[in-house]
Amino acid sequence: MQDFFFLIFSVGIPIVLLMAGLVIGRFIESSHFSRLAVREAELQDVLVANIKRLPENWDAGGAVLVTGEAVIATDYFKVWVAGLRNLFGGRVRGYETLVERARREAIVRMTEQAQAQGCNLVWNVRLETSTIGGQEKRKAGGVEVIAYGTAMVATDTQ
Amino acid sequence: MIVVNTEYIPGMVVVDVKGLVQGNTVRAKHVGRDIAAGLKNIFGGELRGYTELLIESRREAVTRMIAQAQQLGADAILNVRFATSSITSGAAELYVYGTAVSLAPVAGEQSIEAEPV
Repeated sequence: MQDFFFLIFSVGIPIVLLMAGLVIGRFIESSHFSRLAVREAELQDVLVANIKRLPENWDAGGAVLVTGEAVIATDYFKVWVAGLRNLFGGRVRGYETLVERARREAIVRMTEQAQAQGCNLVWNVRLETSTIGGQEKRKAGGVEVIAYGTAMVATDTQ
Repeated sequence: MIVVNTEYIPGMVVVDVKGLVQGNTVRAKHVGRDIAAGLKNIFGGELRGYTELLIESRREAVTRMIAQAQQLGADAILNVRFATSSITSGAAELYVYGTAVSLAPVAGEQSIEAEPV
């Protein structure tokens, strides 16, 4: 009888966590992507570029550093799938979307900061990515991204 | 103090380079935040506590860098870069560095009114 409960406990809990990760994790991810699309559409009048030099004919003023940060966690299901992937190799799609979410969120926050200050250009954008809490084996972690660039009010003189 | 991550500022010239200025902060995980993060790791989603921690430590590091530049008598910091590194599994460092300079407007520069880009 004790063995039976132990079996339920040791198999049941991971399965429940996997299902929760799969269903709720996927829901959170898709709603995050749709929110990102809406916010990116609102920011279309701000030009974001990672160029080092502005075109000669642009007149720009009021340089200010803008930054955006985001830390996005993995879910239980993604960690499990990635663990399986480590056996066979290949693309880990769950982690691709995770990093994409963190990068886009950071860029959107940076651009929102620029827009709030009345700027229409963010140039020389740089991204810095690192992981948190993922060093311990079999322990889930997250991705943290800092996006930064120089916001300016630019006008075309031609 | 003008702080930018570009190599130059349009309409301005560098008249004096004061040297490298830097600021850093080491942030550690917080027990309360870790419990919340553990739950978040089942369902996924943003770790808001960690994002706030990152924003706070970025502000602190930039403030320290600006204080250094002010001591050197600079009026701008160019080419600012951020770097992160993990020291142990429980702590992470945020490092920011740039070049402190003195700026002057380009001679004869006049802002021209024109259509926005």
